[in-house]
Amino acid sequence: MNALLEVKDLYVDIPLAAGVLHAVRGVDFSVDRGQTLSLVGESGCGKSLSVLAVMNLLPKKAKWYADTITFDGQEMDKVRERQMANIRGSKMAMIFQEPMTALNPCYTIGNQLEEALLRHKPVSRNEARDRAVFLLEKVGITAAGSRLKQYPHQLSGGLRQRVMIAMGLMCDPPLIIADEPTTALDVTIQAQILALLASLQKEFDMGMILITHDLGVVARMADYVAVMYCGQVVETGRATELFENPLHPYTQGLLRCIPVPGKTKPGEHLGSIPGIVPTPIGKQKGCVFQNRCTYVFNDCTSAKVGLTRISAGREYRCLLSPEVCRQNMNESQST
Amino acid sequence: MTTALLQTEDITKVYQVSAGVFKGKRSLAAVNGVSIDINRGEVVGLVGESGCGKSTIAKIILSLEEATSGQVYFDGEPMATIDRKERARRIQPIFQDPYSSLNPRKSIGSIISLPYRVHQIGNKAEMEARVTEIMDTVGLPPRFRSSYPNQLSGGQRQRVAIARALMMKPELVICDEPTSALDVSVQSQILNLLLDLRENRGLTYLIITHDLSVVEHIASRVAVMYLGRIVEEAATDKLFQNPRHPYTQALLTSVLTPEPRLGLPETHLGIAYPNPIDPPPGCTFHPRCPKATDRCQKDSPQPVSEKDHMVACYFAEPPQ
Repeated sequence: MNALLEVKDLYVDIPLAAGVLHAVRGVDFSVDRGQTLSLVGESGCGKSLSVLAVMNLLPKKAKWYADTITFDGQEMDKVRERQMANIRGSKMAMIFQEPMTALNPCYTIGNQLEEALLRHKPVSRNEARDRAVFLLEKVGITAAGSRLKQYPHQLSGGLRQRVMIAMGLMCDPPLIIADEPTTALDVTIQAQILALLASLQKEFDMGMILITHDLGVVARMADYVAVMYCGQVVETGRATELFENPLHPYTQGLLRCIPVPGKTKPGEHLGSIPGIVPTPIGKQKGCVFQNRCTYVFNDCTSAKVGLTRISAGREYRCLLSPEVCRQNMNESQST
Repeated sequence: MTTALLQTEDITKVYQVSAGVFKGKRSLAAVNGVSIDINRGEVVGLVGESGCGKSTIAKIILSLEEATSGQVYFDGEPMATIDRKERARRIQPIFQDPYSSLNPRKSIGSIISLPYRVHQIGNKAEMEARVTEIMDTVGLPPRFRSSYPNQLSGGQRQRVAIARALMMKPELVICDEPTSALDVSVQSQILNLLLDLRENRGLTYLIITHDLSVVEHIASRVAVMYLGRIVEEAATDKLFQNPRHPYTQALLTSVLTPEPRLGLPETHLGIAYPNPIDPPPGCTFHPRCPKATDRCQKDSPQPVSEKDHMVACYFAEPPQ
């Protein structure tokens, strides 16, 4: 039984005046129905581009190529753009970060919701409207019937994001991709929206790819996590394992950077990752993290650093052994 | 009793906003009677969600906006009587977005030295020396001096903004979401820098943010705002251990720490965020509050302070 979506060795190149920007360099991931995979990383690490490549929504000048991308039993690289347009929205739906820019301000909520279904399925407008009302109620919007006549600007940010989610679900897609779905929202509303997404995912047995930079959101939502840095996956595993036993120096560094109420001591220095992300233009030799890593040694600058597999689904990209990595984490925590 | 470095007394700010093309103007009370004291050496955190008026308070303190009513005192004197340049010397801002707060056409050296030129302090050599010193303090390599903002990363830009704010050795620094636009690994660098600067230079901060983890880490006292009012205020450890207001409780449970086994929190809040143009009657929080009763819909609870823990709620938890 194959996974719902399986991506192998994906590359995205963007030609720029200064050279070719290798935004994604050999990324693998897979997600199954009922599972949440989280792609996490800082801005510019290629997490959004990886997913946009899968949906064939990259900007025109960007080039992507992959070993294989299979979705729902279909080889995606053989799919033409016209077929792709039928898959997008009906089989994979996307929820964007900023609902105000993703919704069309000139059309009513009802119009936009119904369109999502009418575009893909042979249904009448009445059936589409019933489905819209049903889903608006599902996402916790009261008086759904009258909301259909409202325009996006008449809703608050939290309600708009709920409408976006309902729109994504109109065609009952097997895969939903949420790109920073709660970053633009307030904290209390973020918690509500995430809970809603998680419960709908269970109910409709969807696969979900959650793209975010917020490790808190990842920890609470994801089944599997892929930590990305500079266009590569540097560590992947089950969320519980990855957070409790991080191996890659980058993952470890990220976790030390976050103040956790009740755990980090107020007023004391937080951990930090020195330096900044290198520009992903041109080829780079050795490990992508070498210029910021505390544990760097000679081989890091020259050797090819591949993913090391520890167990099924648990991999990390570092030349140090898992034991040494664990020891490093323990030492840094005790000091 | 010593006077607080900054004191706001029941300030309100009402904006006239257009309610539609053919409708008249309506008033929106962004800040609705806020009194807050900031003592020397303190780090006060002001938290709340978007639209609660926290940035408006920063603007009023910086005299970028005039309060509709109420008074602001700086070091015991009414703010209005202090000379504009002196105000700028003693109070400095750090804004959220280092991409828009730096002039893209000026070099870093010129951006940082601007305060010296505005205030006409010292000669060129003194100014250059001060720029070198301050760049070193905030951890900017000297080679950036002739660079331009677009050549710098977000974290480096925020360091430039901090350097510029510190040029005049201000007494009070207003940080409006100082780390919200930054990546986590850079956020911790900037927070560490702010902590160091406070220790070495005895700075007083007002930190405005929506991120409770940041506030818990850096602030000594916290005020929680909701729709233009402060609903709870206490020392940081008190507030985090014993949140008394239902809104503060919901905020604290909404903080997502990287602990995968805890799952998603249940906030028990309603989903309808009120429109600030049409705030609900009584306690403005009642439509979302799990504890609300009929009384909350009619009367507005007044702030009551017990054991140095202020709260404005009829059903607040007892202080500890």
